[in-house]
Amino acid sequence: MDTQQQSLADLQHIKTMMERSSRFISLSGLSGIAAGICALVGAWFANNVIVDSGGPSAYRAVVNRTFRAESLQDFMGHRLFQIAAFTFCAALCLAFLFTYLRSKKDKIPMWGATAQRLTINVAIPMAAGGIYLFKQMQFGNYGLIAPGCLIFYGLALVNAGKYTLGEIRYLGYCQLLLGVINCWFVGYGLYFWAMGFGVLHIIYGTVMWYRYEKSKPE
Amino acid sequence: MIENLNKIFDSRIRLGIMSALMVNTDISFNELKELLNITDGNLASHLKTLEENDYVKIHKGFIGKKTNTTYAVTKAGEKAFKIHLTALEKMIGSIK
Repeated sequence: MDTQQQSLADLQHIKTMMERSSRFISLSGLSGIAAGICALVGAWFANNVIVDSGGPSAYRAVVNRTFRAESLQDFMGHRLFQIAAFTFCAALCLAFLFTYLRSKKDKIPMWGATAQRLTINVAIPMAAGGIYLFKQMQFGNYGLIAPGCLIFYGLALVNAGKYTLGEIRYLGYCQLLLGVINCWFVGYGLYFWAMGFGVLHIIYGTVMWYRYEKSKPE
Repeated sequence: MIENLNKIFDSRIRLGIMSALMVNTDISFNELKELLNITDGNLASHLKTLEENDYVKIHKGFIGKKTNTTYAVTKAGEKAFKIHLTALEKMIGSIK
């Protein structure tokens, strides 16, 4: 019996070491929740701007007409763009903070080989997507920005599934699905955006937190 | 069954080193140290045991002017680890 217990413990140890050395497992569920809340707050502010500038019924028109008339420089200085940039930074900082705290608790280095691998593999689809969407903005296709964000982010997450906790790929699939559906509902991007970056992040974060962090007392 | 369990892998640290090397093409000394949370001397002695048994191979390289020693598993090491893993699984299977 003793040797069997020992074998089980050894196998567990092997599994832990394989995971620790090849995947970045400190990604905290709380990071997801925090990023989701940021996204919802940002979407709420953005919605207010849109309502102020024409009412909810003019939502589609705002995206399709008002922006198209403006130049890219105007767009960069636009309130919506500022809200988006601020939301992105806040979400990133909070996500970083919770993951940093978790890695400290687990005594795993934050910026080890696994974290670098994860960052590079998330950054590649995100950077390509960012450049592509930037060009879309230049051509005035503002309606395709939200679906584009969701699709490229979804691809990045599916890719990330190989370098961190594998469940993140399901979040990626959901973002992809939302992005693709959004292509047929151009003009309602903010709702899809809030759903994908807000609600899905919170759901994912909560599930992951319950699964991996809550049950660990020490 | 027990005879298939490898004595060299009795040590948790050596088992950890082998596990990590099995899923990575190579790992540097410092990465292993961080992973296992042990001292330089301790890690070095365990690596030496593995090296003497021809389970790991060493590659000494440079990053800029700093030496960068990386470790990789050998064919023999891979085989030994797999046999050990199967033996462990059989031990657990015999509980039923």
